[in-house]
Amino acid sequence: MAGLHKSDFPNPVINWIDTRLPVFTLMQKEYGTFPTPKNFNYFWNFGALAVVALMIMIVTGIFLAMNYTPNVTMAFDSVERIMRDVNYGWLIRYVHMNGASMFFIVVYIHIFRGLYYGSYKAPRELLWMIGVVLLLLMMATAFMGYVLPWGQMSYWGATVITNLFSAVPAVGPGIVTWLWGGFSVDNPTLNRFFSLHYLLPFVIVGVLFLHVAALHITGSNNPLGIEVKSPQDTLPFHPYYTVKDSVGVCVFLLIWAALVFFYPNYLGHVDNYTPANPLATPADVVPEWYFLPFYAILRSVPNKLGGVSMMFGSILVLFVLPWLDTSPVRSCRFRPIYRQLIWVLVVDVLLLGTVGAHPPEGIWVVIGRVCTSYYFLHFLVVLPFLGKLERPLPLPESISRPVIPRGGGPLPGAAPAKPMGKP
Amino acid sequence: MADTVTVPPVGHVTEAPRRDLLKLVTVASAAIGAGAIAWPLIDSMNPSQDVLALSATEVDLTPIAEGSGITVLWRGKPIFVRHRTPEEIKSAEDVPLNQLIEPQPDSQRVKPGHTQWIIVIGICTHLGCVPLGNKPTDPRGEWGGWFCPCHGSQYDTSGRVRHGPAPLNLNLPPYAFETDTKIKIG
Repeated sequence: MAGLHKSDFPNPVINWIDTRLPVFTLMQKEYGTFPTPKNFNYFWNFGALAVVALMIMIVTGIFLAMNYTPNVTMAFDSVERIMRDVNYGWLIRYVHMNGASMFFIVVYIHIFRGLYYGSYKAPRELLWMIGVVLLLLMMATAFMGYVLPWGQMSYWGATVITNLFSAVPAVGPGIVTWLWGGFSVDNPTLNRFFSLHYLLPFVIVGVLFLHVAALHITGSNNPLGIEVKSPQDTLPFHPYYTVKDSVGVCVFLLIWAALVFFYPNYLGHVDNYTPANPLATPADVVPEWYFLPFYAILRSVPNKLGGVSMMFGSILVLFVLPWLDTSPVRSCRFRPIYRQLIWVLVVDVLLLGTVGAHPPEGIWVVIGRVCTSYYFLHFLVVLPFLGKLERPLPLPESISRPVIPRGGGPLPGAAPAKPMGKP
Repeated sequence: MADTVTVPPVGHVTEAPRRDLLKLVTVASAAIGAGAIAWPLIDSMNPSQDVLALSATEVDLTPIAEGSGITVLWRGKPIFVRHRTPEEIKSAEDVPLNQLIEPQPDSQRVKPGHTQWIIVIGICTHLGCVPLGNKPTDPRGEWGGWFCPCHGSQYDTSGRVRHGPAPLNLNLPPYAFETDTKIKIG
């Protein structure tokens, strides 16, 4: 009998299933006893939060789709019907609408965590690259979802974003016509966006599976950025990190609920409550907040193809980040110069977001150009050279002994001290 | 931490029930939360307010000739409104209840003072087909009411089932006479 799994579960039913399909053993191994670095701070919650966000988005999305009509004459009204007539439709739609923002907030913090603690470095390069794929899929999904209510911002957002492809030399206009299924954003466009908006989240689930599988091969990074050396450096995932993640999930859901119940339209744009009108562009077309930095980069370049290339390049550069950063030290804690510069990058991206929210006039153009330049400078120039020039602080011997007193002497106490900096 | 290593041994005795309580409270809170989230989603699949708003239909009875009936749509279902002849009323009233599959006097199926009007939901109680018989030219079965073409169920002039396989009489919609010639269904 080759292949039957020898199960350790005492419960006969679980044992019977586990012998034939060892899912219980798998869960126990990957989420029960899974050895996890014991020094995580709350930044390590955000992967789990993103998974929670994705699940809530899929569930609310399925129920919204039951009441939504993807037709240019009915889409806007069907969304209003969801808001007024469908039982709890207002709640489901507001959760979904604000869920996009919540999803992006946690994913951006998750990415920042990766940047700050060097989670993209060997051997986690592929894990990181799969993450960038997830980000691109999320952006595509969010963009197409925003088109579905068929308000003014939906329509003109769709027009502007699809027109980005017209910058491609020679075949550009053909690509745009193909994307539209016509000669302007119209019913065929709406239909295909709805179809893809429903499909892509499940593609995200599939790629997410690869992301998690890769993570469970390399193991998690940690705030010290050094590898796990012995079982003393780890804790079983359950109950230590299931509980820590649950605390984060509670706070996360509280903030989400506050947004849904008290400021449901705070992050949206009022123009999207005007039905789409192909004859009049709103005075100020802006994307949702999570696209603003990229939108600013697009507008900062006074050349169509250049702007589009820079915008896509700003994300594609992340793919090669593991090779651009030449420093062998992962965590910013031990990189005195990079530790400052990463905050410059954060401020730079926030500034780009602010620029994206303002009309491209006067000082905003200048700030946009400076920030765009710095963004690429950071990744393409600063990171490769800094790795060679910077003198990192001495790395701790292990996670259990993060502090080695200078000049020898006995190590303090038997009880392993918690690493610093935990909020 | 190193200073407080000495845990009193009694602590171990109370440890287990305390941990059990914590687990119970945690799981119970999570279950209540999940239920509170699930209910709006489930309820969103119930009839929405605009569907419920369309749940009443008014019917003008004047054009319906004696001996014939019309079919109107109410909540997406066919409603038979039939103007009975005196003979049809008499046969419906006179039938002994012990001959019926679901015994019910005709007086319970029509409104007092309006016995010429029989109003039923036109859905066979067998498997949901629409029986024939509203038009005088339709087959009306042996009892002169309605005949279901799907499996041969037959109904009398009061819409009561007289021949299987249907198990029950045709259902009655809620309705009221607004005037002698106008009813409101729903």
